[in-house]
Amino acid sequence: MKSKDKNNIPKFGNLSNSHPLFTNEKIFKDTKSCIEREEYESKVLYDIKDAIIKSKLTDGMTISFHHHFRDGDYVLNLVMDVIANMGFKNLTLASSSLMSTHSSLIQHVKNGVITRIETSGLRGELAKAVSKGLLDIPVVFRSHGGRAYAIKNGDIKIDVAFLGAPSCDSFGNANGYSRDHDNGIICGSLGYAKTDAQYANCVIILTDNLVPFPNLPAGIYQSNVDYVVKVDSIGNPNGIMSGATRFTKNPKELLIAETTAEIIEASGVLKDGFSLQMGSGGASLASARFLKEKMIKKGIKANFALGGITKAIVNLHEEGLIKKILDVQSFDLEAAKSLKNNRFHQQVSAYYYASPNNPGSAVNQLDLVILSALEVDVNFNVNVLTGSDGMIRGAIGGHQDTSAGASLSIIVCPLTRGRIASIVDKVNTIVTPGKTVDIVITDQGVAVNPNRIDLIEKLKKSSINITSIESLRDKALTLVGKGQDIEYSDKVVGIVTYRDGSVIDLIYQVKESVDDEL
Amino acid sequence: MGNRLRRTMMFVPGNNPGMVKDAYIYKCDSIMFDLEDSVALSEKDAARYLVYNALRAIDYGEKELVVRINDVRSDCGKMDIRAMVASKIDVIRLAKTETVDDVLICEKEIEKAEAEFNIQKGSTKMMAAIESALGVLNAKDIAFASERLVAIALGAEDYVTDMKTKRYKDAQELFFARSMILHAARAAKIDALDTVFSNLHDEEGFINEVKFIKKLGFDGKSIINPRQIEPVINIYEPTQDEIDDAIDVIDAIKEANEKNSGVINLNGKMVDRPIVLRAQRIIDLAKASRLI
Repeated sequence: MKSKDKNNIPKFGNLSNSHPLFTNEKIFKDTKSCIEREEYESKVLYDIKDAIIKSKLTDGMTISFHHHFRDGDYVLNLVMDVIANMGFKNLTLASSSLMSTHSSLIQHVKNGVITRIETSGLRGELAKAVSKGLLDIPVVFRSHGGRAYAIKNGDIKIDVAFLGAPSCDSFGNANGYSRDHDNGIICGSLGYAKTDAQYANCVIILTDNLVPFPNLPAGIYQSNVDYVVKVDSIGNPNGIMSGATRFTKNPKELLIAETTAEIIEASGVLKDGFSLQMGSGGASLASARFLKEKMIKKGIKANFALGGITKAIVNLHEEGLIKKILDVQSFDLEAAKSLKNNRFHQQVSAYYYASPNNPGSAVNQLDLVILSALEVDVNFNVNVLTGSDGMIRGAIGGHQDTSAGASLSIIVCPLTRGRIASIVDKVNTIVTPGKTVDIVITDQGVAVNPNRIDLIEKLKKSSINITSIESLRDKALTLVGKGQDIEYSDKVVGIVTYRDGSVIDLIYQVKESVDDEL
Repeated sequence: MGNRLRRTMMFVPGNNPGMVKDAYIYKCDSIMFDLEDSVALSEKDAARYLVYNALRAIDYGEKELVVRINDVRSDCGKMDIRAMVASKIDVIRLAKTETVDDVLICEKEIEKAEAEFNIQKGSTKMMAAIESALGVLNAKDIAFASERLVAIALGAEDYVTDMKTKRYKDAQELFFARSMILHAARAAKIDALDTVFSNLHDEEGFINEVKFIKKLGFDGKSIINPRQIEPVINIYEPTQDEIDDAIDVIDAIKEANEKNSGVINLNGKMVDRPIVLRAQRIIDLAKASRLI
C-alpha cells in the first residue's frame, strides 16, 4: 500500500491554514435531536437587552428597522426604549420608513439617544417635530431603491438591524406569515427587511411566534440572522393590516381612474405580456378595475405586477389576468394571504425591486406605473413629501424608482384638494424629477410631458383631450387662488436624495406661526 | 339649444360649494343646481348666492346649466328667478308644476328679470317638473304653455305620494304618468326626462330602469350621483349598425345637395325628414359617446 504524504502534495504545495491536516480528536458527533437543538443551540433569546449586549452595539452606531408593520408596529418603540434605558447615545436610526406610531422617537432625539435619522418618510407628530427643527442634523430621505443601493455600497452601514417578524424558527428563518402556525399576525412580504438582513453587521429578529424548524418559506434566511428574540407582542394586527383595500366610491377618483385606463390603452402599452405597478391611492387602485375590462376585451394578460400589492392586484392575478406578482410590501390582508397561498406571488427585496445600479432591477422592467402626488409643478417635478404648509407629511417610497424605471409613468391627482392647488408653478419639495414623469392625469385635464413626443402623437390619435401643464396650473389658480407663501427659517431639517444618493432638494424648518402657539 | 342631448341631468345641491365648484368635470349633459328640496329653509339665501356667484365665476364649458327654483308663487322663488336670470342660467326648472298658470307666472318673472338685467328676451329657457296627479292630467297643456319650455320631467317621489302609493321595483305605478308626460312632450316637440333613481347601491335596478325608459322614448334621466352617468351613456349609446345607417343617410343628403338633386335616394328607399332627423340624433349620440 502506498504511503500518503499529506503534508507534501505534488504541485499543491504545503497545507495551509485553509487546508489543515485532519485530526480525529477534533471531531465530535452531536446526537441531539432537532427538538433538543432548538432548545439548547438555537439563536433564541428572551430579553431584548440581552440581544443588544450580544450585538456589541456602541454609541455612535447605526441601527435599522423596517416598516412592514406600518401603524401597528410595536418593535421600534420596544427596542428604542430598551436602548435608551441602557444609556446609549448618538445613534443613527436608518429605518426603511417611519409612521405616526413612532412619535416616541421625539423623546429619544431630545435625550440624545438618536442624533441622525435616515428614512423614506415621516408622518404624524414626529414629522411635525422634525419639520419644526427637532434634530440638529437634517434627516436624510431616500427612496426604497435609493436606500437599498446606499446599504449595498456602504453609504448606510447598518451595525445592528432589529427586524420584527410574524414567524421565525429558532435558527432565524423568519417570515411575514406562517403557512403552518399562523397566530393571527401577518404582514405578508418582508421585502424592505430582506436588504437589511443581507447587509447588516448584526441581525436580530424579534418575533412573538416561534415556530418549529424549518420555517418555510422564509423571507429572511437563517444564514443572515444572529439572534432571535421572543417577545410577547410585535404589533397590533389591526394596524399592521387593514382589511381589504376597498374600491373608492368617490366620483372624482373614479373619473380619474377611468381616464387613466383610457390613456393607458391609447398609449399602446396595453399589450400581451405587459407589466404594471399601481399605488394604493383611491384613483390608482380604481384604475385596476377599468384596466381589467380593457384587458378582458382585448384578450391580453400582464406578465407581472410589482411593488406594494393590494387586493385589486391579487384579484387580477387569481382571475388569470396577471401571471406573476413581485411583492415588496403587502398593503392589505388579501395581499398577504395571496403571498402565503399563491405560488406565483413572491416576495422580493428592496434591492431586487428598485436599486438604481442594477439593470435587472424590477422597476426597470415595468411598462407602466400609476403614482399619486401631493403637488406637481409646471416642469413635471413631483412632491410627495411636504404638504402645502411646508410640513413633512409623507414618504418617497418607490416614487422616484418606479417613475424612472417604468416606460410610462403616470401621475394621478385631483386638480385641487379643498382649496389647495395640486398643480403649481413650483413644488415645495422636489422628490421625483420631472424628466422621469411622463403624464399627469387630473379630474380636470391631462398633460403630457413635452419630452414625450411619441406619447403625445399616440394620444392625439385617440379621443383624449390633452392640455398643457401650464393650463392645468392656471385652471387650479382660477378655482382656488394663490395660497400665502410658507415662511421658512434658514435651518435645513431634511435632505431629499435622489435614488443614486445625490441631493435633489432641501427641506427647511417651517417658522412657527401664531396659530401653532394657540 | 333645440337639438342638444339631455341623456343625463345631474342634481347638484346648491348649498354644497365642493360639488358646485367643479360639477363640470363629469360627463353629464346637463347640470341641475338645486335651490329647492335639497336646501334647508335656513340655507335658501346662501345657496342662491353661492350658485349665482359660481355661475358668474366658473367656466362650465359646454354643459347645459339648469337651476331648480323654489315655488314660483313664493318670495323665495321670485328671488331665485331674478338671481338666476341675472347669472345667465340656460334653463329654469319649475318644481311641482300643476297648471298652465304655474308656467305663466314663472315666465312673467323671467321676462321681468331679463328686462331688468338687459338680457335678450326669451334667452332664458324653462323646464317643468310634473310631480302630482293634477300635473300629470294637465301635462299636455303644461307642455304647450310657453315657447321657453325645452323639456318636461317626471318627479316620481311626490307623484307616488299624491297617488297614495309608493315606488315599487317594477315601477308599474309610474307607467301612466310616464306615458302622459312622454306624449305631452312629443306633441309639443320638447324633451321628456325621467325621474331620479335614488338607490345608489342598486346598480342593476338602475340599469333596468334606464333601459326601460329609453325603450319608452325618454330623452334621458335625472341623476343624483356622477356614478350614474356612465350606465346611462352606455344604454343610450347607438349600436354600430345604427351608426353605419345614420352615416349613410347623412352622406346621401350631402351627395344630393352637391348634385343639387331634390330627391334623396338611399338603397332604393326615399329618405324623408323623419329619417334624416333620426339619423342626425344617432350621429349626435354616437359623437357624445365618442364612438365617431
